[in-house]
Amino acid sequence: MTTAEIQPRTRSQPTWYMRGPWISTISVAAFLVVWFVAAGVAQSRLLPGPGEVLDYVIQESLHGDLIFQLGITLWRVVAAFFVAMVVGSVIGLLMGEYPAVNRVLDPWLILLLNVPALVIIILAYVWFGLNEAAAIGAVALNKIPNVVVTLREGARALDPGLDEMARAYRMSAWSKLRNVTMPQLQPYFATASRTGLSLIWKIVLVVELLGRPNGVGFELHLNFQLFNVTAILGYTLAFVAVMLAIEYLLVQPFERYTTRWRNKPV
Amino acid sequence: MKDTQHAGAISQFKIRIEEKTHTGADGTHLTAIRDLTLDLEPESMTVLMGPSGCGKTTLLRIVAGLDDDFAGEIDMPPHARLGFMFQEPRLLPWRTVRQNIELVAAPGFSEQDLKKLAEAVGIVEMLTRYPQELSLGLARRAALARAFSTEPDLLLLDEPFVSLDERTADRLRRLLLEVWSARPTTAVMVTHNPREALQLADRLVVMAPRPTHVLAVETIDVPQAERDAAMIEALHTDLSKRFPANFAGM
Repeated sequence: MTTAEIQPRTRSQPTWYMRGPWISTISVAAFLVVWFVAAGVAQSRLLPGPGEVLDYVIQESLHGDLIFQLGITLWRVVAAFFVAMVVGSVIGLLMGEYPAVNRVLDPWLILLLNVPALVIIILAYVWFGLNEAAAIGAVALNKIPNVVVTLREGARALDPGLDEMARAYRMSAWSKLRNVTMPQLQPYFATASRTGLSLIWKIVLVVELLGRPNGVGFELHLNFQLFNVTAILGYTLAFVAVMLAIEYLLVQPFERYTTRWRNKPV
Repeated sequence: MKDTQHAGAISQFKIRIEEKTHTGADGTHLTAIRDLTLDLEPESMTVLMGPSGCGKTTLLRIVAGLDDDFAGEIDMPPHARLGFMFQEPRLLPWRTVRQNIELVAAPGFSEQDLKKLAEAVGIVEMLTRYPQELSLGLARRAALARAFSTEPDLLLLDEPFVSLDERTADRLRRLLLEVWSARPTTAVMVTHNPREALQLADRLVVMAPRPTHVLAVETIDVPQAERDAAMIEALHTDLSKRFPANFAGM
């Protein structure tokens, strides 16, 4: 990799504690210690310690249906994410490219940006019934305006010079999209998906809580009624772990790959 | 509409622009070109010289087919291949130099051709690099290689050596001449540097201020390689007297 050769020359060597995951590890460990101590002092079933929560997660994974519930929620997150990204990107790019489209859709965009997620979810359930399509549609609809705004900026930032180059060299529409347009939009896609995943999984839980018979949100609702804080924390931590895995194993490697031409590390 | 097609092996390019008007964002009209007629000599270097802002770049964009909002016609063979060197290199930053060239290269452009071209412009070592890692001079060389990789029927050069130091610009001019002489191509170059124009041109087109048209066409018969500094100075002095608006004070 050429970028690897460049870095040592342009950046000075950081001190030992800035290298590797030292500081992040200590930060997380400190949090666990505080939690452990607080639970020990409280001695209440409303504040279980980290050990208890971990034990719950393991037991529920092996003998309960935690894995199943995580899977259901994850599938809803993924489905809503793809619907929102595809629909939002197409609308956003059209709005950025054509001022007339922007004029027509802009008031609706502002309206959607400001309608609370809960209102959209309730209306979707009321109008379309308590079903999977209404649930996923409602989540996607909450995310779409966000994607639209980001990708509209992306379309507006496209370099007209490179567009002229592509036309002068008679590049095919496909080649131009792949080699000229998409790489310019990459940071905007990255931003939209980053903020998208975290927003979507939070809204999916609300959708599940209000009208689905399974998923993490349903379990949280159930355990709230039982005041089972161990289960609530267990489910939360398990799903956060899934999202972190997606971030570190999918999103970041993909981003490193698509930005390998930049001289600076991501 | 008249539409004349020319038979023969060598491509013909005829430019007739009755009028080209820019409409500004505030609705004002600005006529950039009026009654401009120019026939390009095949396999020769035509250099357009004019005061800055006279519409030279507009003319190149029209010829390249990037702007079809004008009255008139450009007569050129269908499917003519273009090479275009812009004022900035305009390489794709996310593609290596090699990919930048191969993306637009003519069908059948082989590894051998790429190597030869890269050697000719001195970027063999740079082929695997990304454009951001190149100096402006090197990026211009890569852009020059890309323009020739299409094996163009028409080569368009829009002040391609602007904002380089004089030594680098001079080296690049000689590179351009070398690559161009190895494969003579109908070429149009825009510049406001009179010495550059006199060094490179077979035919020098003197342009009027806006709205621009052709004032005069000067033919320089001496081959580019045989022109020395004294000769260029003599030509320059002569042209400064005849076209003070275009040449004097530069």
